[in-house]
Amino acid sequence: MSSSVPAIEVDRLTKVYAAKGRTTCAVDGISFALEAGTVTGLLGGNGAGKTTTIAMILGLVEPSSGQARVMGARMPRERYRVLHRMNFESPYVDMPNRLTVRQNLTVFGRLYAVENLRDRIDTIARDLELSDLLDRPTGKLSAGQKTRVALAKALINQPDVLLLDEPTASLDPDTADWVRGHLERYRKERNATMLLASHNMAEVERLCERVIIMKRGKIEDDAPPAVLLARYGRDNLEDVFLDVARGRGEAAREAAQ
Amino acid sequence: MNEQSNTALALSPHRIGAMVLRYLYLLRSSWSRVLDLIYWPAVQLFVWGFLQFYIAQNSGFFARAAGMFIGAVLLWDILFRGQLGFSVSFLEEMWSRNLANLMISPLRPIEFVAALMVMSVVRLAVGMVPVTILAIVFFGFNLYSFGFALAAFFLNLILTSWSVGIVVSGVVMRNGLGAETLAWTVMFILMPLTCVYYPVSVLPAWLQGVAWALPPTYVFEGMRALVLEQTFRADLMLAAFALNLVYFAIAIAVFLGLLRSARRIGSLLQSGE
Repeated sequence: MSSSVPAIEVDRLTKVYAAKGRTTCAVDGISFALEAGTVTGLLGGNGAGKTTTIAMILGLVEPSSGQARVMGARMPRERYRVLHRMNFESPYVDMPNRLTVRQNLTVFGRLYAVENLRDRIDTIARDLELSDLLDRPTGKLSAGQKTRVALAKALINQPDVLLLDEPTASLDPDTADWVRGHLERYRKERNATMLLASHNMAEVERLCERVIIMKRGKIEDDAPPAVLLARYGRDNLEDVFLDVARGRGEAAREAAQ
Repeated sequence: MNEQSNTALALSPHRIGAMVLRYLYLLRSSWSRVLDLIYWPAVQLFVWGFLQFYIAQNSGFFARAAGMFIGAVLLWDILFRGQLGFSVSFLEEMWSRNLANLMISPLRPIEFVAALMVMSVVRLAVGMVPVTILAIVFFGFNLYSFGFALAAFFLNLILTSWSVGIVVSGVVMRNGLGAETLAWTVMFILMPLTCVYYPVSVLPAWLQGVAWALPPTYVFEGMRALVLEQTFRADLMLAAFALNLVYFAIAIAVFLGLLRSARRIGSLLQSGE
C-alpha cells in the first residue's frame, strides 16, 4: 500500500434502503479517510448507520451513491484486490457451531490462503489463550470464548485493515479488557488500521485516536477523543455521546466555548 | 500472500477445497445428517419396490417392465437429492449465520457454487450408493447394469439439480430464510411435468410442450426406452444435455444477479428471516 493512499476512504457515501414504497436513508453522504496504522471509533446510537457504513466498506452492501475505498480498491467492485488483506469481527456474525475451533480456523485459513496454516493456528491459539479449546465444538463455548474464536478468525490472515462491530458486546469486563489489550498489541505489531463501531465509550477512549460520531446517517462530529471532550466541555465520551444523541450537542459546544 | 486477481470468475481449487472441507467436517460431526441422507431414499425404494412386486403379479405389461418403477424412483432421487444436497449445504451457511464471513473472504461466488456442486455429489453418494445396493438385494434391480446409459442419465439429472439448487440458493440468499421452504418443495412442482412414472404421451397435448422443455423428462423417457425396449436413446440424452447447458448458464446468471441484489438491499449481513 502506498503511504499516500488512505487505508480506508469514504467519499459522500450514501445508502438508501427502499421497501414497500418507503425509503430509509441509513447513511447520508458521509466522508472520511483513515490513515494506515490508526484506530478510529465509530460512535452512534442504534440506527445511526454504523453497521451499514462498515458493511459498505467490507463490500457486503452496495452504496446507493458515493464510494468506499479500501487500500485504494473501490468496494464492492474491486473487492478481490484487497479482501485477502482485510477481515471483520462482529458478535452478530457467527461461525459454524458444530465445527471445532481448529476446523473453523482451518477452513478460514485456507480461504485466505494463509501460509504455514498449522503453525499460524497454533500461534494465534496461544496468543488468544485458545490452545485448550482448539478441539472443542465452537457452539459449546461460552460467549467470551466464542468472541476470542471470532477474533482469531478475524486475525488469521494478519489483516492490514480490520473492521470491528462491537467487538466486546456481551462480554464481562475482564474478558472485554483482555480483548482490548490484544487489539492494542496487534495494532502495534502489524501497524494495522482498525475501524471500530462500539457503544462502549471506555473502549473507544482507550483504543481510538480518532472518533467519528454518527447520528441518523450523518457525521455529527469527527475528532480525537481529547478534542471532543474539550469541544463539548465534558469529562468523558459518554457525556459527549449523550449530548449528541439527545440533540443538545450544539448547545454543549457553545457552552464550552 | 499473492496479490489476488480482481475477477468474480477466477477459480481457486484451494478455496473450493476449503469449502468442501467445511461441509465434510460438518457431515462427520453429525450422524443425524448422514442418516437423513439415506433414510428417505430407502423408504421410497421400499414403497415403490413392493408396489412394483404387487402390480407385476397382476399385469403382464408390468411383469415385462420389471424395474421400471424402481429405476424411476432411483433416478428421481438423484434429481431430488442432488438439488437438496446443493441447497442444504447452502442453507447450512444461513442457519449458522456464517454467510457474511464467507462473503467478506476472498471466496468467489463461482467457487462457492463449485463447492456446493461437489457437496451435492458427495451427499448423493452417501445416500444413494447404499440404497442402490438395497435395490439389488431386495428387488433384484441393478441400477449399475444400465452401464453407459446410467452415466448419461446421472450427468443430465445432476446438471438439472444444480441449476435448480443454484437458483433456490440465490433466492434464499436475497430474501432470507423465509424462502427456505423452496429448497424442499420446488422439485415436487417439476415432478408431474417431468413424467417420472408415466410416458409424456399421457399428458394433455398442451402440457407435453412444457414437459419437453425440462431436461429430466428426456431422462425418464430414456430410462423407459431402456427398460421396456432395451434401447439407449442417445438423441434424448443429447437434447437433455443441450437444454441443461442453457439452464445452467441461466442459473449462474440469476445467482449472480440475486447476489448483486442482496448487496443492494443489505441481506448478506442479516442472513435471517
